[in-house]
Amino acid sequence: MLLPLVHLYGPGVWRQEEEVLMDVVALPLPPSLRSKLQAAGYSTIDGSISPVQLARDVSITHEEALGIIKLVPSFNSTRIGFVSSGSADFGGQSAWDLLRNEKARRRIVTSCQELDSILGGGVCTKEMTEICGVPGVGKTQLGIQLAINVQIPISLGGLGGHAVYIDTEGSFMVERAVQMTESRVNELMKKASVDSQLKVNLENLKREVNVDHFLSHIYYFRIHDATEEVAVINSMEKFMVDHSEVRLIVIDSVTFHFRQGFDDMALRTRLLSTLSQKLMALAQKHDLAVVVVNQVTNKVTSEGLEVVPALGESWSHACTNRLILYWNDGQRLAYLFKSPSLPNATAAYDVSSRGITDAAYSYKKAKYT
Amino acid sequence: MARKLLSSMNLPASTTSILSARSLYSAKDVLCKTELELMELLDIPMAVLASTLARVYESVCPPYRSVLSLWVERSTSEVSGGHLPTGLHELDHALCGGIPFGLITEIVGAAGVGKSQMCIMLSVLAAMPRAFGGLDGSVIYFDSEHKFSPGRMMEIAQHRFPDIFSDREMLQKLALRVLILHPTSVAGLMESLKQLEKAIIERSAKLIVIDSVAALMQSEFGRDRIFERQELLGQQASMLKFLAESFRMPVIVTNQVRTKGDNQRVGPTSTTSSHDGLNIGASLDFGEVGLENHLTAALGTKWAHSVNVRLVLESLVSGQYFIKIAKSPMSPAVAFPYRVTKGGLELDLDSKSSFHVKKEEHEYF
Repeated sequence: MLLPLVHLYGPGVWRQEEEVLMDVVALPLPPSLRSKLQAAGYSTIDGSISPVQLARDVSITHEEALGIIKLVPSFNSTRIGFVSSGSADFGGQSAWDLLRNEKARRRIVTSCQELDSILGGGVCTKEMTEICGVPGVGKTQLGIQLAINVQIPISLGGLGGHAVYIDTEGSFMVERAVQMTESRVNELMKKASVDSQLKVNLENLKREVNVDHFLSHIYYFRIHDATEEVAVINSMEKFMVDHSEVRLIVIDSVTFHFRQGFDDMALRTRLLSTLSQKLMALAQKHDLAVVVVNQVTNKVTSEGLEVVPALGESWSHACTNRLILYWNDGQRLAYLFKSPSLPNATAAYDVSSRGITDAAYSYKKAKYT
Repeated sequence: MARKLLSSMNLPASTTSILSARSLYSAKDVLCKTELELMELLDIPMAVLASTLARVYESVCPPYRSVLSLWVERSTSEVSGGHLPTGLHELDHALCGGIPFGLITEIVGAAGVGKSQMCIMLSVLAAMPRAFGGLDGSVIYFDSEHKFSPGRMMEIAQHRFPDIFSDREMLQKLALRVLILHPTSVAGLMESLKQLEKAIIERSAKLIVIDSVAALMQSEFGRDRIFERQELLGQQASMLKFLAESFRMPVIVTNQVRTKGDNQRVGPTSTTSSHDGLNIGASLDFGEVGLENHLTAALGTKWAHSVNVRLVLESLVSGQYFIKIAKSPMSPAVAFPYRVTKGGLELDLDSKSSFHVKKEEHEYF
């Protein structure tokens, strides 16, 4: 038996009897109900109170009373949803467990070895990665490439998952996706044909690795305003029910519709942070990678104009990883600017007819490390 | 979809009345609020709110398509694979067939390099019958700088297709297909764009040209009103994209250049410390070919994000003109020398400068 005099998860205070006192103000209640509770003298609610008693005290229906009590987290209910390895750890995990899980996480390769290596092997599932950069540097290209690469079968070292592509700008080019898929599929089949184990099952593999199969598993949403963007992201939870194979959601770009028609900047910030929370939750729950493309904007600073990712400071906290793409001397470079587990680093990449590739010529590495 | 009415979503009558009592009528009204705000405002239990929102999301969320089905649809139903050929063969090849349908293609360049010439030439091509590589449709041409010359259009047509345009009748037919509009203000242009859907359907238009998008913006909005300008540009881009996609047609806009300030080259502070100044910004530089480095496209980064394909026309000190693909979701960055002739633009691949171009091509493929 625990003596949890610990302050845990929010404003509840744990007591020995495995019940919790919740502040009425902290419960998500309709204002009318809340004021009734307060008028009846309930500033806190005890999770073990009887619904009938509560209904009588506050003069509300039994159903309403039960609804209120259900909102108070009980000791048992907080444990649901956590992977608990021990008995008395509140559903927490040790850092060791976390490390082990992290190692087991799957990554989507980018097709550029150098870029993969600064990302620790590719774009990680269960995380949100932001790609930002100047126009024409290859943000959309990288997005399309990832949507293709996520489908590489497990036997070839991939994830064998499907992809959702949410296009807000209309920059997704079907022809380009076809072109890139063709060359990717050819490469994969070539790789398989020299592998001693895979060689035997080449015909079987072909059923999975072909252009039509790849293209039919990129689910494309074209949206035209911010309202639709909110709706699509909120509908993803439901979409996952029928499409549990999805391992990647690309949003290209999250910015476009939020950069016009918003007079109220506080509202924009609130909406964006809600969206990013929803996306994070999706990534965690369904073990998928979320890639958001962001535009850049000019910011006036004391030193003149500066190019910064759009959507402001609060948004920059939302993403787990931030990758900045830019040009230098005619070479495309990617700079990992923010990551919880990896050092900041730069990688060179190219965009060719095959898609994202290793940089054609080695640039002066010493300059950037 | 944002304006979709809540009353059309089959919500329970009780909920609808609560919503309208709080003057929430459209999907946008509801979805522009966080769940907590809504609860506070509507005074309904969480479960009811959740089911209401689920219903709203469902009816607003557009259906998905698999990329395969899009591909099958496009490759079977569209002329030349969804592109308007420019007639400049190497450029067409690099652009996978020409100016793409459904996207905004921007032509950027200094004064006198041939932007309007190119627009006029493309208008002729779009109005040509299918048998001659055209789109067999009319053209809606916004000429904000009064640069469109019907005489020049006739000249281009006659030089390009001397056999077809030998008589007046054919020329007249061509000229009737090109509708010229002279917007005098940004507001006027926006208003015309809003009305354009009907005109496109009625005239079976296959191409929209805006020459130029920068002229009005820059004359009406000085540096002090930059935010307003950005907002309008964003809306304009949204509208053009909507038209381009809904009608699967190419949209061509021209843009001017301006001198690039030095501070434009500064990158994010955190990264500049470790690198020697990032070459960020809508820069046109293309070091290898030695094109002019100090010029940049007007209207800033936000606009540059909005265009899908950017073609840059530039002239070298030597008098050689280059056309370069500066941004494209399909094509590598290549440049071709060209000259302006009586028949419009022509590639000039014999000149010495093509050497650089070939080298460039080699690097990217």
